[in-house]
This record gives sequence, C-alpha cells and structure tokens, in this order.
Amino acid sequence: MPVPDTFAPGTPVRVRTLMPPGHVRTPAYLRGKTGAVERVLGPFANPEQLAYGHPAQALPLYRVRFRLGEVWPDSQTPNDTIDAEIYAHWLEPL
Amino acid sequence: MTAGEAFAGKRWHDMGGELAGPVPDADHDFALWEKRVDALVMLANMKGIFTVDGLRRVLEDMGEDAFETLGYYERWVGSLNQNLLEQGIYSVAELADKMAEVEARGTTYGTASDAGA
Repeated sequence: MPVPDTFAPGTPVRVRTLMPPGHVRTPAYLRGKTGAVERVLGPFANPEQLAYGHPAQALPLYRVRFRLGEVWPDSQTPNDTIDAEIYAHWLEPL
Repeated sequence: MTAGEAFAGKRWHDMGGELAGPVPDADHDFALWEKRVDALVMLANMKGIFTVDGLRRVLEDMGEDAFETLGYYERWVGSLNQNLLEQGIYSVAELADKMAEVEARGTTYGTASDAGA
C-alpha cells in the first residue's frame, strides 16, 4: 500500500473511504471525512500488520483534527473539534 | 455475515461515534483466573509472542454474539489461546491433553489435587 510523504501540521487531509474486512485501525465514522493534521506523532509499527503476527512497516502516525459539523452534520456545536490518531496509509491530501 | 455485508462498512466492534447511553459504574473485583489471564496476555506481549493488536484482532473476529454472551476475560482467554496456537507455542493436541489433565484434578480449588500435574 502506498504511503504518502509526511504531511506537515496544518495540511488538509481526507480519511480514505476504504472498507476492507479484517483488523482495521481507523474508525468507520471518520472514513471519508476531511480534517487537518494537528501534529505528527512519529513513526509507529503498522498495527494492521502486527495484528496478524507479521513484520510491520513503520508508518507516520498523525493526530488529525476534525470539525464536529464535518463528522456529524446535525451537531449542535459544529465548530467544536474532535482529534483522532490515524496512520499515514489511511490519509490522502486534498 | 454475507460476503456483501463484509464490504458494506464498519464491523460490529467499531462502535465509535455512536450513542452509547449511560456508562455502568458498578464496582467489582476480579476472579483469580481473570487476573491470571491478564498476566498471561502481558507476559506473551513482553516475550514478543503476540501484541495487543493480535489480541484485538481475534476479539473482533469473534463477532457480536460473543461480545453479548461472554465476559470480558472469557473473550480474552479465547483470544489468548487462539494467538498462542497460531504462534505455535503449543498444539491443539497438547491443549486437549492438558485440559483433560486439569479437569481430572477436580472442579474447585478446595478439592483439586495436583496428582499427575
């Protein structure tokens, strides 16, 4: 799976809308949603490979910030935000 | 689950973002066997046999019915066993022999005998 270059903080990103079966480490409610990189947390072994006992690729892990109105369109506080930690292979630049 | 449903979206365990209702706050102690299961999972992790990711993967594969009918550490011991089997720590035949041996000791700590252990 291709892994994009490291995203700088502030980069707008979209969570990829992939729905594979198996052990996935990105919550369904964020797939397809748009946010921005809040910070780069560093390289971590891909848990989706570790889960099967395989050697794991070190991937950038990002803290991504989303507006509630983006995640839940009927939110009463649409400009509040939610952060989630997401691996590089689940993100694409806008 | 049908083949179509497998690709329809999230799986049963992926509950993030849903309304959850009140959080139960009843206090309880853990049984000795539950503490032992916890310790075994930590030990396997420290020894590099499998990681928390492997634990989660098997828990997810158990499906929603297991989540509704089994206790937390009942699910954990199932996942621990599956991971240890997959990593070849022991075989199914060895597990069967050991379970028969332990069952023959008795049903409670009070009456159990270690004869043959």
